Amino acid sequence: MSPATAPPGHRDEVRLLEVDPRRGSVFDHPFRDLPELLEPGDLLVVNDAATLPASLRGELERGGPRSPVELRLLGPAEGSRWRAVLFGSGDWQLDTDLRPPPPRVEIGDAIELRGGLVARIDGRPGPGDRLVELSFDREGPELWAGLYAAGRPVQYSHLREALELWSVQTVFAGRPWAVEMPSAGRPLTWSLIRRLRRRGVELARLTHAAGLSATGEPELDAALPLPERYSIPAATVAAIEASRARGGRIIAVGTTVVRALESAALEGGGRPRAGAGWAKLIITGERELELVDGLLTGMHDPSESHYRLLQAFAPARVLEAAWSAALEAGYRSHEFGDTALILPGRQPTPGWTTASRSRGAAGGETRPR
Amino acid sequence: MSTRTPSQSRPRPSSPLRTALITGASRGLGLGLARSLALEHGMKVALVARTRAPLEAAVAEIESAGGEALAIVADVADKRAIHAIVGQAAASLGDIDLLVNNASSLGPTPLRPLLDNECEDFGAVLETNLLGPFRLTKAVLGSMVLRGRGVVVQISSDAALEAYPEWGLYGSSKAALDHLTRIWAAELEDSAVGIFAVDPGEMNTRMHAEAIPEADPESLADPRQVARKIAAMIQAAQTGVLGKTRLVAGEWPEPAAQGQVA
Repeated sequence: MSPATAPPGHRDEVRLLEVDPRRGSVFDHPFRDLPELLEPGDLLVVNDAATLPASLRGELERGGPRSPVELRLLGPAEGSRWRAVLFGSGDWQLDTDLRPPPPRVEIGDAIELRGGLVARIDGRPGPGDRLVELSFDREGPELWAGLYAAGRPVQYSHLREALELWSVQTVFAGRPWAVEMPSAGRPLTWSLIRRLRRRGVELARLTHAAGLSATGEPELDAALPLPERYSIPAATVAAIEASRARGGRIIAVGTTVVRALESAALEGGGRPRAGAGWAKLIITGERELELVDGLLTGMHDPSESHYRLLQAFAPARVLEAAWSAALEAGYRSHEFGDTALILPGRQPTPGWTTASRSRGAAGGETRPR
Repeated sequence: MSTRTPSQSRPRPSSPLRTALITGASRGLGLGLARSLALEHGMKVALVARTRAPLEAAVAEIESAGGEALAIVADVADKRAIHAIVGQAAASLGDIDLLVNNASSLGPTPLRPLLDNECEDFGAVLETNLLGPFRLTKAVLGSMVLRGRGVVVQISSDAALEAYPEWGLYGSSKAALDHLTRIWAAELEDSAVGIFAVDPGEMNTRMHAEAIPEADPESLADPRQVARKIAAMIQAAQTGVLGKTRLVAGEWPEPAAQGQVA
């Protein structure tokens, strides 16, 4: 699938592949059809993390000549430490897998970043050589000011131009926890959210520190996604329980939401627990999901780690058929590309049929909330 | 398709406002608001201004009085600064519950007739007084609506209503800001988020001295007192008492004693 090479003119100008994993059916829609594809009582859960400018260019100071490096932050670790992945010379315009490896670093080495911010290597926890723990020469608001002054959005070589920070935010972004945009929520506009609410579809949020999707180091890539922090408000847990009680479906907007909710459900013994935690689950087709019924996602290529997660929502043969239909229809992948809704149809109930639903007709409107 | 929403009572906000972002906060009304919100209403406040030294002094003053405050050096007229401002504030304080768009520019002083203003001067005034507030509001409002909690305040002026000669750039920028706010309020009718514009009246501030150097400071309101009234209005807006109309600070009752504002 070829990638979208720039943000669309308007955020909702992407396509939506409707996949019913039970029936194996696939339909092509404009993204704006989303409200009609959901039912009153369904609950969409979004990741409201804002995206940090997590790519920091700098120079490694080690005796002789300084070497250019790039740090891509993963987020805060214990204490005042941060985790990051070290890249060598070059920038996002080079294919991540083809970039020169970073120079070898030792604990205690300093990297001077743009604007004078200094990061010192505190640890190399592995896997691989590029994952590092850092401490900065400042903390608190001064550190945030330094990061926002020096950083750029993380991006990859499929894009044509350097991104601005506003291009990698959702309309409901709050705390800047994500180092790559939680992109499945990007096409959601307020017009669409109002239509969803009018239809009786509810919206809830959590915050999940979406991490890097590629590092260029096979050993580290194989370990992705690394543990990522999340926080689930009590109101979201209540909304999930209310939705389940009325027979609604829980639909995650993005793979990060699946990880956060399923990790929280695991912690809570099947019931999601409100509060903060670390999402450690790697979700694949082997895993029976506790909580999440459906997924609104970007089009992930079968080579990406995110694709394994999709198999928890649909059998491999259904996904393969859906993806080849999308390919044929010219769907585009990656963060600014097209989307898929993988959602089992709700069991028909009296007074309402699947046929009336699929046309977004009045059948759904008359149902009680 | 009709864009009207079903009529329903305004949802009640879930809990009190905890964090504020205030622009133009190193002096005058902005500083008064930061001080009142931090010290009388217990909010964590992020202060935004262009010049570091007075901004850091303002933060130090609030902190030494027991408040929690944070300095963000930035120009609201710079569109690249917007997400950095909001991101820095949310990273340190948590989700932003209150935005006060207070930073304003008069344009060139002494004030002059429209015919003597350059088009570029008008552009710069609009960036600070209209587009900056629009961008900042856009960057925080979505999260507020999703969370069901938040207030946005635009600091306006009677120059938005009256056609004062020589106040053309400033007055028309504030008139546009008022109307933007009215439309935003209409669009937020079914949300728990409040938005209003307030005319603080004539205050003894540096901006007033630049606009009307001959004014007698004794005849002007103390920005700290006006700030306390606006802080009380914000609390009222948050608890749903206040509609989303244009307000005049001078017409608002004196707030109750410190710490007792509802």
